[in-house]
Amino acid sequence: MVTEISVSDSAAAARTSSAFLEVRELRVHFPTDDGLVRAVDPVSFTLERGRTLGIVGESGSGKSVTSLAILGLHNRSNAQISGEIWLDGTELVGADPEVVRSLRGKKMAMIFQDPLSAMHPYYTVGDQIIEAYRVHNQVSKAVARRHAIDMLGRVGIPQPARRVDDYPHQFSGGMRQRAMIAMALSCDPELLIADEPTTALDVTVQAQILDLMRDLQEEFGSALIIITHDLGVVAELADDIVVMYAGKAIEFGAAADVFERPQHPYTWGLLGSMPRLDRSRTERLIPITGTPPSLIRVPPGCAFHPRCAFVDRTGGLCPTVVPDLVAGPGGHRVRCHLTDQQRREAWDNEIRPKLESTA
Amino acid sequence: MVVVSMITFAIFFLVPRLAGQTPELMAARYVGPRARSDQYHEVAERLGFFDPIHVQYWHWLKAIFVGMEFNYGNGVEHCPAPCFGYSYLRSTPVWPDLLERVPVTASLAIGAAVIWVLFGVSTGVISALRRGSIFDRVSMGTALAGVSLPIFFTGLMTLVIFSYGHPFRITAPGSSYTPFTENPAEWAYDLILPWITLAFLFAAAYARLTRAGMLETMHEDFIRTARAKGLAERAVVLKHGLRAALTPIVTIFGLDLGLLLGGAVLTESTFSLPGLGKYAVDAVMRQDFPQVMGVTMFATFFIVVANLVVDILYAVVDPRVRVG
Repeated sequence: MVTEISVSDSAAAARTSSAFLEVRELRVHFPTDDGLVRAVDPVSFTLERGRTLGIVGESGSGKSVTSLAILGLHNRSNAQISGEIWLDGTELVGADPEVVRSLRGKKMAMIFQDPLSAMHPYYTVGDQIIEAYRVHNQVSKAVARRHAIDMLGRVGIPQPARRVDDYPHQFSGGMRQRAMIAMALSCDPELLIADEPTTALDVTVQAQILDLMRDLQEEFGSALIIITHDLGVVAELADDIVVMYAGKAIEFGAAADVFERPQHPYTWGLLGSMPRLDRSRTERLIPITGTPPSLIRVPPGCAFHPRCAFVDRTGGLCPTVVPDLVAGPGGHRVRCHLTDQQRREAWDNEIRPKLESTA
Repeated sequence: MVVVSMITFAIFFLVPRLAGQTPELMAARYVGPRARSDQYHEVAERLGFFDPIHVQYWHWLKAIFVGMEFNYGNGVEHCPAPCFGYSYLRSTPVWPDLLERVPVTASLAIGAAVIWVLFGVSTGVISALRRGSIFDRVSMGTALAGVSLPIFFTGLMTLVIFSYGHPFRITAPGSSYTPFTENPAEWAYDLILPWITLAFLFAAAYARLTRAGMLETMHEDFIRTARAKGLAERAVVLKHGLRAALTPIVTIFGLDLGLLLGGAVLTESTFSLPGLGKYAVDAVMRQDFPQVMGVTMFATFFIVVANLVVDILYAVVDPRVRVG
């Protein structure tokens, strides 16, 4: 039943991964004056080329730290990182930082949340794309510039030959995010991580950017990780979904499964707090009670138990024992003490009717 | 510039008047203590001290552009344009004196500036990157000493250590200046101690400023983006980090250099360098009003120009400042 692989197992450590990207038991801890921050604790998932993974969770659930750890962009001086990250047969956690650097930008690239602060204010958009391209390609500036203009055109920026010499502050928010995407895609990465790519944008622009990312993913055939707190975004794009809570992956499954048959009470809560067009407008959203836990003093047992409505159904397991991420039918995994039977009944009888009462 | 000239004029003509100095007393400064009081009156009249303020100002301003004839008793003295005043004590116009002293002050200021920028900024960058390390603590401690210790202390210390017969002796005592065009090696040799002394003061401030700026910018999102591109750490730090942290440094640098070009008073006095600062001090000691006015006007000019240059540089350094 337990599908996680122990890192201490020497046989496992020697094994490589057949998947394009496999994250095994990734833990990232930050020692601080207040105590150990367990930002990621632990997370495991796999991703194939051409597929899209959505990582969903509240602020501070460890989504961004996970992605930064994959790129090796976590703070090396104070982060304690363990577990394995396999990218196309290369293990990244224990790798020489210089090796990870050579992969960064070329094999794996990242799109950041706020394109205004993520682009250097003193260099033109073109210069920044040219720089990204020339790090990994020995070409002249003129060639790189043509490539930059080409990339800007492909992400839908009008008059790219003129806009290439503009500074980030001369672009609108949506255009900046397109330029950011052009920069990330300039070296044709096989893995693209988008960290809240649409959070800083208008709703109308969000849809455009999501369409663009889907089109580009088809065109480039890359694997895509979308990190977001917006379930609408993952519903739009993702093939698989990881739901994170307090640094742990608490549910992992195909997008359709997670939306149709969510297993974890926290996922139910997320779905309940999401506005839906197929729900009557007069209905109130159902918020998750309580607040996200401190990552320094994570609640014992299941981290979600203080906010969970079903805590009394497991006979006292929830506050004491950390549940394992257990695979159910169709590879759908969940980290919860409720039995399959209990979850199915709770979902069918108590949660679903509330979510779809007008349907 | 007009404002500058008005302020300079006001300081030296108006303020003494308001403070109760009579034209005769002012004239006394020009003719020396042994003159009789009726001579004071006569001189004051000839120098136009009884004229209304605006007339005096006009005469003084006009002299800068067309020159002036001064008649102060023993015949007419000619002061050709640009006439920044005529020293009655020395019987020389001020302008040639100033011109003669500019190269000394410029050599001192620019040489020191090169040293302090190189050392200050690089120390600041390394300190920021290794925050809390021994290097950081030692250099920031030294920097604190640098900004706190006055020139006449550090200057004398360098003289004692490097000049007066100690084992570290590398150069002769100050008070000499060889023009660069005459002998560059000699020029540098004579100036090395003043450079070090002056640069120490400024490098300390620049190191702290750079360190603070770098600590801030290295946490910016665009630094993470630069790393995400796969750039080498060196390029991330210098091209992205330092570039962004440089804006306030450029500002301060322009203003500091402008200030120093008008005369590094303490350094020049400590090392007896015949620059503008020393000239100003000597003029003040002698109460030679025209000389003090001339050098003040000149120094003010540099400061105003430096401000202008800094404003223009802003647009070069930070594209967001550019209009359109």
